[in-house]
Amino acid sequence: MALLEVKNLAIQFGGLRAVDDFDLSIEKGELYGLIGPNGAGKTTVFNLLTGEYKPTSGIITLDGVDITGKKPIEINKAGIARTFQNIRLFKQLSVLDNVKIGLHNQYKYSTVASILRLPSYYKTEKEMNEKAMELLKVFGLDKHADVLSSNLPYGEQRKLEIARAMATNPKLLLLDEPAAGMNPNETEELMENISYIRKNFGMTILLIEHDMKLVAGICEKLTVLNFGRILTQGDTKTVLKNPEVIKAYLGDE
Amino acid sequence: MKNSKLTKQSKDNLGTIAMVVIIYIIVQICSAAGLVNSHLAGLLVPLCVYATMAVALNLVVGILGELSLGHAGFMCVGAFSAAFFSVAHADTMNTFPRFIIAILIGGLIAGIFGFLIGIPVLRLNGDYLAIVTLAFGEIIKNIMNVLYIGMDEKGYHFSMKSANDLTMTENGKMIINGPQGITGTPYDATFTAGFIILLIAVIVVLNLINSRDGRAIMAIRDNRIAAESVGIPVTRYKMLAFTMSAVISGCAGALYAHNLASLIATPARFGYNMSILFLVFVVLGGIGSTRGAIIASIILTLIPEVLRFIGDFRLLIYSIVMIVMMIVNWNPKSRAFIEAHNPFKKKEKEVK
Repeated sequence: MALLEVKNLAIQFGGLRAVDDFDLSIEKGELYGLIGPNGAGKTTVFNLLTGEYKPTSGIITLDGVDITGKKPIEINKAGIARTFQNIRLFKQLSVLDNVKIGLHNQYKYSTVASILRLPSYYKTEKEMNEKAMELLKVFGLDKHADVLSSNLPYGEQRKLEIARAMATNPKLLLLDEPAAGMNPNETEELMENISYIRKNFGMTILLIEHDMKLVAGICEKLTVLNFGRILTQGDTKTVLKNPEVIKAYLGDE
Repeated sequence: MKNSKLTKQSKDNLGTIAMVVIIYIIVQICSAAGLVNSHLAGLLVPLCVYATMAVALNLVVGILGELSLGHAGFMCVGAFSAAFFSVAHADTMNTFPRFIIAILIGGLIAGIFGFLIGIPVLRLNGDYLAIVTLAFGEIIKNIMNVLYIGMDEKGYHFSMKSANDLTMTENGKMIINGPQGITGTPYDATFTAGFIILLIAVIVVLNLINSRDGRAIMAIRDNRIAAESVGIPVTRYKMLAFTMSAVISGCAGALYAHNLASLIATPARFGYNMSILFLVFVVLGGIGSTRGAIIASIILTLIPEVLRFIGDFRLLIYSIVMIVMMIVNWNPKSRAFIEAHNPFKKKEKEVK
């Protein structure tokens, strides 16, 4: 059975049906791409999947569990983590702390333990530091662990967001335009990072991206959205050759 | 790297705690040497109260990132409940345990109020939250002015109309007498007691900030949507910070009550201006900095008293000091200067 199963998903804002009749099925371990012109409803789909919006109709199941209409916190606990198109880091906290906040639900000790500095505080904090550094190393951010996250270069801020999302130990990772604003070198690095976490953490990934080089390079399957509806979906190569997709999104060469 | 991170934080915290202890020792030496006049001596307990309030409010304003204009209200609740307890048990208990229990009761009752108020209030954000907390502070003050509680052999009597409605027996004792408040609260508050309460408040707040819970609270401040997306229960942590702040305010209020002959809920003591004064401490101390909040509260409390000899000019000096503190704490260049010359951080660099 597929890891993520979406059926007939729709949301209506007043008279506008921003997403309509949306179906999606992602197998465990797949790297799935969601593309389409601006305003097609890609980020809206993400917001529906993560509980930011409540769908007007439709069913979302993750690993056999119905998560339709649940709150973002519950959906994160169920196993979906995301990054944001407009970066949303905890700006006044260090890089390390950003990832440790992602680890919040995996490593626990009580408030009393933190106020009285009981041994469980030191023990758990140490484990959290180690785990967080491990994740930062994957993205080459370990050398910046003490830096304030807002002082990182733009590309690294995007990577830190992925590291933070990974810290919540998700089954499915949603990346909203991870390469936006990156130069070709940074995009290259990012592609390597994504392949790495896929291989080493067995992560299933759904990403929105406009950079066709990245999409064609790493995505196995694609869904193309246009005006809130699915234009086509299937294998990357087949989809990208589809004349309708070329007309609506890619443009004639 | 990992270790230096921990030591950096704990060094900073130790610095703040050391500062409080050093100030206490200096004051004790000065008073032993006879350098503290009676005017200043009378100011020492309020100083501890204000510094504790600044620490408590900093938790809400600086760490949680929500503006509260009603903290004098929590202080008022703590003051009245603690004084109530002390007066009711004035003859039946020894000073020391009674004072400790009174402080705890002040904190507990204020904490309960903080929790109950927090349920509706923390659904709001920003200006709306500030307005509701402001209203809370005023409501508490006004309720205290019409509250009558007496005690006789049958138990407690309660009224919100007048003292006669209590229908007490002849032996009855008024405890809270409406607009006349509570009189005869034992003078249990000493500078040492105030210092201990401030120290405990500082340690509790700093330990909370530098923990899993503190990080979650700061994550909500920095970006609520992102905090939700990584599974942080936002309401719970807002509540934790708000309640904790109310508890500390209540303890400060309890201390305050035991320093007054008659505890009356006047606007000068528990009104809007007091809440704003606490906010001024937090803002001038550099929002989010516990140490800064304490320093600001000490400077701004002492200036009007120390400069009493120049009469009305002290108000002028007061405002100049406020402007200077604002510039020093918020100008990026002066902040960088302070950072570079901070003895606690300098050592840290050498370790690297």
